[in-house]
Amino acid sequence: MTTTVAAPVTAAPVTKAKVRRGWTQHGLLFVAPFLIVYAVFLIWPTLLGLQMSFSSVNIAGGNDRFVGFDNYAEAFSDPRMWRSLWNTLVFTVLSTIPLVFLGLVFALLVHNLRFMQWLWRLSFFGPFLLPSAVVSLLWLQMIYPPDFGLLNGTLGTDILWLGDPSVAMWSVVLTTVWWTVGFNFLLYLAALQSIPQHLYEAAAIDGATAWDKLRSITLPLLRRTTALIVVLQLVASLKVFDQIYLMTGGGPEDSTRPIIEYAYDVGFTGYRIGYASAVSYILFVLIVIVSLAQLRLFRKREEVTS
Amino acid sequence: MHGPPDISRRHLLGGSLALLGAAATGCALPVGLGSSQTRVQYWHFLGASDGLVMKEMVGAFARANPDVFVEENVLAWGEPYYTKIAMAGSGGRSPDLATFHLARLAGIGAGQILDPIDVALLEEAGLRGADFSPPIWERAHIDGVLYAIPFDAHPMVQYYNTDICGRAGLLGPDGKLRPTTGVDELIAMLNEAKQVMGGRPPLAFDALGLGTVGPWRVWWSLYPQSGGTLLSEDGTRIAIDDAKALEALRLMARLGQEGLCDWRTDYGSSVANFTNGQAAFLWNGDWEIAGLKERGTPFSMTRFPSVFGGHQAQADCHAFVLPHQRDRDPEVERATYRFIAHIVKNSADWAVAGHVPAYLPALERPEYLALQPQSEYRSVITDVALDPQVWFAGSASRLWIDFGEAFSPVISGERTPEEGLAAAKASLTRLLSAPNPFPDEER
Repeated sequence: MTTTVAAPVTAAPVTKAKVRRGWTQHGLLFVAPFLIVYAVFLIWPTLLGLQMSFSSVNIAGGNDRFVGFDNYAEAFSDPRMWRSLWNTLVFTVLSTIPLVFLGLVFALLVHNLRFMQWLWRLSFFGPFLLPSAVVSLLWLQMIYPPDFGLLNGTLGTDILWLGDPSVAMWSVVLTTVWWTVGFNFLLYLAALQSIPQHLYEAAAIDGATAWDKLRSITLPLLRRTTALIVVLQLVASLKVFDQIYLMTGGGPEDSTRPIIEYAYDVGFTGYRIGYASAVSYILFVLIVIVSLAQLRLFRKREEVTS
Repeated sequence: MHGPPDISRRHLLGGSLALLGAAATGCALPVGLGSSQTRVQYWHFLGASDGLVMKEMVGAFARANPDVFVEENVLAWGEPYYTKIAMAGSGGRSPDLATFHLARLAGIGAGQILDPIDVALLEEAGLRGADFSPPIWERAHIDGVLYAIPFDAHPMVQYYNTDICGRAGLLGPDGKLRPTTGVDELIAMLNEAKQVMGGRPPLAFDALGLGTVGPWRVWWSLYPQSGGTLLSEDGTRIAIDDAKALEALRLMARLGQEGLCDWRTDYGSSVANFTNGQAAFLWNGDWEIAGLKERGTPFSMTRFPSVFGGHQAQADCHAFVLPHQRDRDPEVERATYRFIAHIVKNSADWAVAGHVPAYLPALERPEYLALQPQSEYRSVITDVALDPQVWFAGSASRLWIDFGEAFSPVISGERTPEEGLAAAKASLTRLLSAPNPFPDEER
């Protein structure tokens, strides 16, 4: 899971009709290269995947028969599919809450600390720069090993961090939070720095305490950023794959296998591309629903406040 | 003293281009390939100490055949390997040759992912079907078409530490482990070893871990000894004999509970424990010989113990296959068959890695008969328990991993044998009902 989606830039309002016409005339030409890549590498495979999900096609492209909703029916009666979907949801809930909350806490800390700010910024954001394989191997080989790992060594415990079905998911979450909290932290920090200083000065003149300022100025003005971060984080967490595949392979006893890994398993290891496509589409629908619901929720709240 | 070399922009550009060109050709041509050589790309997963033996054999072939360059590519064993073979074969631009597990043949889409073997070319290279162990040769065919050239069988065996067993008085006058029969003798032997080891678990096998297949291997060695089968003859229904299956599972649970085997060992630590003398016995495939010899562990080997009447041991076979290629170069193809013939005919050298040759003439070669401890277990070849011939079986298959996952908690005591069997049956039911991605009618 990598949260590398950049914050959207809100377009400046275009008022002049002339400018707008020019945009439609020449703009298309400018975005054409992007649109072609977009169509070839996103829209076309998406449609092809939908078609495959209704077929029994295998990895060699053979056995390509139309099977209607058979794949979906099989998926909905497949305990492994439900288990992996459940794991994905559990991971999403367990990881999104600390990732958003800690991102905010760290950003507030760094924003208010006046010495060595660069060091705090670097240490919170640093892990995010590491590739997933490095992060996974670091935790797998040095921090989580039960016999000589850093965690058991420091805590004096004897926990199978990645080997115990009741602990493994928490370990994956811990790794993920350490790894990716820096991105949310950075978004929050940028938002904090764009809050006009005069609001705080005015509040101070009115006798507001630090807590009042946080509650009545900082948090309300961070609302849009929070909405953005929550959407990005939910989507990123629902798409979790790398670190789980590398650290536990979905085990022990299927306790960490996310649905993307299940699609990979049935498709590339089990050779059933048709069925794997159906499983992927189930996740796709889930992500669309979550994103839409989330956006709507925040829009309503904004309308109420404005 | 020289001043800094005078480099003009043109020189620099020219030099960079020349370097780039050299780098490009360097990438395209593997090291060691001359213009007159035919290149055979060979994929395999032999990463244990048998990989060293294969490397030597490839080297010997290169010395005898300077016109052919066999480019060895060693990939990780298990599921990822079979994913790569399937991807390569489905694209039609695959390696010229690959090593395969014979029991996976039924599930890989022979005819789509794999190309049939050209029997005429095989005979031209000097190999005849009659020279192979008949049951293994038969397994290399699907619907009468030859898709694989088997070159060994690798059964489960029992490694034992001669030092510890000697101190425990388990060796006979000839210095070999006294064979055991039945549960009681096996447990008694393990207990005696445990005593001289100061209470440490004397037995190690791959019992735990990510995608562990050890529990399946042990169970599929024990259960067939009492005559148990997995599936009906046609491979469509479960035919597990619950009483016999549970008997084998109860023994596995007992080993864990009575501290006779360390249930916390995964594959790597089971081998490491035995290598370091921290385990008196190792139940594993026969492929760790070369590594153990190299590290100087005092050990010998014997057949997997007979516990439930029979003398079976789980086994699979290594085989050569030709992943599907859209345009196979006839010259490369001929060289490929020459290489296959070289390895198969020199199976006695391959047996150094521990495996029992599938090529019958090699079994009678004096240098094979003299190999120690290989000759201590080679009689197992008539008692191997191969996988059922279904699409979901074979090394690192769904069947092995599902059964491994079902039985691993039985050894650790987290599950009762009954629960373990129920879990195994549930996954077998799912596998039986799942459609074969490469149905027979497509071939």
